[in-house]
Amino acid sequence: MIEFTNVTKSYSVGTKALKGVSMQIEDGEFAFLVGPSGSGKSTIIKLITGELKPTSGTVHVNGYSLERIRKREIPYMRRTVGVVFQDFRLIENKTVYDNVAFAMRVIGAREREIRDRVPYVLELVGLETKSRRHPGELSGGEQQRLAIARALVNNPSTIIADEPTGNLDPARSLEIMSLLQEINNLGTTMLVVTHERDLVERFPKRVIVIDNGLVVSDGMDGYYHYEDQ
Amino acid sequence: MKINNIGYLIKEGIRGIFLHGFMSFAAVCVTIACLLIVGSFSCLAYNFNIIVEDLNKTNEVMVYVDETLSDAQARSVGTRLNQVENIYNAQFVSREEALENFIADHEGDDAFVGVDAKDLRHRYVVTLEDNELIHQTVERIKKVEGVADVKANFELAEGFSALQNVLHVASIVVIAVLLMVSLLIISNTVKLAMYDRRDEIAIMKMVGATNGFIRLPFVVEGFTLGMVGAAISFGLMWLLYDWVVVQLDSVSTLKLLLSFVPFTELLVPMVVTFAAAGLFVGVIGSWTSIRKFMDV
Repeated sequence: MIEFTNVTKSYSVGTKALKGVSMQIEDGEFAFLVGPSGSGKSTIIKLITGELKPTSGTVHVNGYSLERIRKREIPYMRRTVGVVFQDFRLIENKTVYDNVAFAMRVIGAREREIRDRVPYVLELVGLETKSRRHPGELSGGEQQRLAIARALVNNPSTIIADEPTGNLDPARSLEIMSLLQEINNLGTTMLVVTHERDLVERFPKRVIVIDNGLVVSDGMDGYYHYEDQ
Repeated sequence: MKINNIGYLIKEGIRGIFLHGFMSFAAVCVTIACLLIVGSFSCLAYNFNIIVEDLNKTNEVMVYVDETLSDAQARSVGTRLNQVENIYNAQFVSREEALENFIADHEGDDAFVGVDAKDLRHRYVVTLEDNELIHQTVERIKKVEGVADVKANFELAEGFSALQNVLHVASIVVIAVLLMVSLLIISNTVKLAMYDRRDEIAIMKMVGATNGFIRLPFVVEGFTLGMVGAAISFGLMWLLYDWVVVQLDSVSTLKLLLSFVPFTELLVPMVVTFAAAGLFVGVIGSWTSIRKFMDV
């Protein structure tokens, strides 16, 4: 579960990125986080992944209180959250298999577990035939599916997808969104940050709209309420 | 970090060396160059120190024996002299030998014609361990029973001590500066290598890698590169040193002035120093350089 209570975040240059955000995303829920550039979306993601600490307020992610988390606990908190980025962030010199296996090695999984789990996850995202390829040999859509496989392999309770379709054509975007929905159907909490109104409309889910550091709309029918007002 | 990761992380460290071949090559080259410079200067300083110490021992203190003592008593003074602290050697010279030496030293000079050996005193030619303590040592010698007089060249002794001190301080300063410059260069090379891999480190952090998990392959890599650099520079140092010794030996005048100890005499301290330097620059260099990229 992700829970923000009256969270503010100011940067040292004086910018106030969040001005009192409160929201709660329940276990197993699928939510979109939308809003214009500079609205505070990236700050929310960085707070969830522990890259930043809130200036005030509380942030709870999967049982961890991030406003007072110790540095050495952050890696363990991150293992409960899979992150998918717009620019994929894959390790170019590792094969598809090793990019996924690597995330399991990080948590100290045994080789046998890795040999069992990685092919299963690659099959789930449709990359089972490309396990020996390198990321550079894959299309954009395939690279994003690989990033999703990596985020998924440790069975995290939450996946955060930051503009997962930003670098993809509409057909591939749809594929990725369907994959994320399938993963959500398996019980994983899903928070998708996006700009793409079309996608949000195609997948009628909860939409949290953020603007100027505040939650301005939070609805369940898949529309940009804020723009419609 | 779990124990079943160790093998994988060591393998990753070794793999990283080949994967980032150019940076590894650059780091090894920089390590070799720096260790060669520091090593060469250390060898020079060590040998100059020995040369000055040997020269130091040529400064002799002349100890005259009381003329009322018999020959046997005069010879027994040597036993007491050798017990005096800081005396390296006390060589007995009888009055007859002393006269012969005078005549030999002043060949053609008739100043010693007709001089009887009995006009001279038995004496000891004394060399000291440490010329810096010449004043105290001479005072102690004067108190030895049977010693009539002591003659020492204090100025020469002080000159040697000053030269030795200057050499000592200069070599420490130069070696320290060279070591610092080397560390700076090597640490910057490691930083460049890290900068090249900052995205990889950020990804590791994002998937929940602990700092130990991220660091170990880099430390293994740094250790391996440091040791390879140290081993190669040690080999080159040995070859270079032997070559210099052969060159010095081939010139007879230089051979008298500059006689270097064989490298085998320096083997153990050199192996230890090079290995420690390789280990230090490799492990500490990578450990500290990576810190900057860990704060994600």
